[in-house]
Amino acid sequence: MIRGWTARLLGGATGLVYLFLYAPVLLLVVFSFSADRNVGRWGGFTLEWYREFGANENVQSALAISLQVAIVSTLVATVLGTLAALALERFRFRGKKVFDALLYLPIIIPDVTMAVMMLLFFTWSLDLVDTVTGFQLRKGIATVVVSHIAFNISFVSVVVRARLEGMDQTLEQAAADLYASRWQAFRHVTLPLILPGIVGGALLALTLSLDDVVITQFASGPGSTTLPVYVFGLIRRGVTPLINAVSVVMLAASVLLVVLSLIAQRSREPGRATTE
Amino acid sequence: MKEGDIPMTRKLLGLLFAFTLVAAACGGSDDAEEAAATGDCAVGQTDGDLALYNWSEYMDPDLITAFEAEFGVSVTEDFYDSNEAMQPIVAAGGSGYDVIVPSDYMVSILIEEGSIMKLNKDAIPNLSNLASDFASGLPYDPDAEYSAPYQWGTTGIGVNLSVVGEDVPRTWGLIFDAELADQYAGQITLLNDPRETMGAALKYLGYSLNSTSEEELAEAQALVAEATERVAAYDSDQYDELVGSGQTVIGHGYSGNFLFQFLELDNPEDYTYFVPEEGGTRWIDNMAVVADAPHPCTAHTFINFLLDAENGAALTNWNLYASPNAAAEEFIDPEVLADPIVYPVDQSKLEEIADTGDFEINYSDAFNEAKG
Repeated sequence: MIRGWTARLLGGATGLVYLFLYAPVLLLVVFSFSADRNVGRWGGFTLEWYREFGANENVQSALAISLQVAIVSTLVATVLGTLAALALERFRFRGKKVFDALLYLPIIIPDVTMAVMMLLFFTWSLDLVDTVTGFQLRKGIATVVVSHIAFNISFVSVVVRARLEGMDQTLEQAAADLYASRWQAFRHVTLPLILPGIVGGALLALTLSLDDVVITQFASGPGSTTLPVYVFGLIRRGVTPLINAVSVVMLAASVLLVVLSLIAQRSREPGRATTE
Repeated sequence: MKEGDIPMTRKLLGLLFAFTLVAAACGGSDDAEEAAATGDCAVGQTDGDLALYNWSEYMDPDLITAFEAEFGVSVTEDFYDSNEAMQPIVAAGGSGYDVIVPSDYMVSILIEEGSIMKLNKDAIPNLSNLASDFASGLPYDPDAEYSAPYQWGTTGIGVNLSVVGEDVPRTWGLIFDAELADQYAGQITLLNDPRETMGAALKYLGYSLNSTSEEELAEAQALVAEATERVAAYDSDQYDELVGSGQTVIGHGYSGNFLFQFLELDNPEDYTYFVPEEGGTRWIDNMAVVADAPHPCTAHTFINFLLDAENGAALTNWNLYASPNAAAEEFIDPEVLADPIVYPVDQSKLEEIADTGDFEINYSDAFNEAKG
């Protein structure tokens, strides 16, 4: 079908795309081992930046907070996002269109707008709780988690819905024909089929949460500086390879996550084959 | 040209404006209440753990540990990367922070919108350690009612000595005088900041950098417009790295950034930073207590702690910015104290940028027109 110069052209384009995508990553990794404090100038091999990463208390605590926020917000957003996707795909109810549109909102609106909304929301609602109940709640890790859940629900539900749309509904009807209860049908038919979508959505949520700067900054209170927020502040003092080292560790962690999820999905495949 | 910076600045200004409105609408009553509560603080009194909101890498961690040990409270430090990132969070109220470290112009904004409280000076006896020109009369807080200086620095010129020579004239002419500057065409950067860059041109002309004369500003605009042809970029982020890596020869920028950049090089003696003989900007970062700070007494105690002579010196020895603390000088590393990059020899012609009110727009317009 594709022969000669077309093939070569496509091959070249593919190569360029990969180069464009991965050359910066490669440079980042290489320079994280550079002894020169100036990013972009090679000064010989060193592990100094990784040692500093391990020794710098601020970085460590920011990392711990980032992981806490990412894991909790991903778990909650994955459950809620999946439920929302199921509701929108499988049921008809009043206000469905509005709900559908609202769910897309966090994806469409700019980060800054979302951040301001969060800031106002938390300021007002915590104030309200204080006046009504007398409980003095403060912004902190919890408010950051809530804000991350808020935008992650949308992303998870979009991914899960795409999976649900592609799924043959007659399979569920067949399960019902065979006297499966609604729960059994969901547990043994629907869930395994949409699981790759759920895992994909969860990974996306995890990545977005680990990445976010603007919304986090506005939703945070004392003791909730996350790693990206801290790194962003460090840049004011000039970029040192410490930032590269931090990024490489985060990159390695995300690659590991992706690989793990691929393995998880593959091991489910035989089970899926039988249901299909 | 970094055109992209303008919309970003506008966006931030827009945000700032929105928050000023919000803060004005819903913050009023609480502020008065909290301000009254602070009168009770005694020297060294604490009322809970401290939440500090500061620039990254600006506080010696040993000082935090020492404060925790001395007063038996714990300190949480969070970080921001610009005044504009910090302001909306504090202005919205309920931020939970006690002490913040805003720069000069931001102090006047925070005062105006009621986001920081009046300091109870009785609880901060170490204010007497401040050098006289920092103790009062600063344009953003004339009676030093709301803020106590933290650290200061200058805006000037960083140069590559191996290109310009050791005995280079230390003047803004390196940027604005065609005879001196033309040989470095394409190797000069100017800050992408209306007040700083128009201010440099005003200083070169012998005017105040807070001038509100339209004629003087027009002269400065003509100078900057002419310099635009020699300028490689209007840049506020990478000017120090550009000089350090040899891509530019002359950079307009902040003292601390150049110092850190040069310290990182193998040949720091080939570079220097100076405030031109015509004078330049002095910027000051300040400590202030948030209007609805949950622990105002601990906040006052913390400010007093940092204004202590030895603690103030430790801060400067750690972050290498100049200290406003006169009593601290005997404890500051003599090498730092003698470093003209940190402490310019002639400080008489330094000026703080003051809010010119309605005239600010003239500065932005003149700057944008000059950039072309």
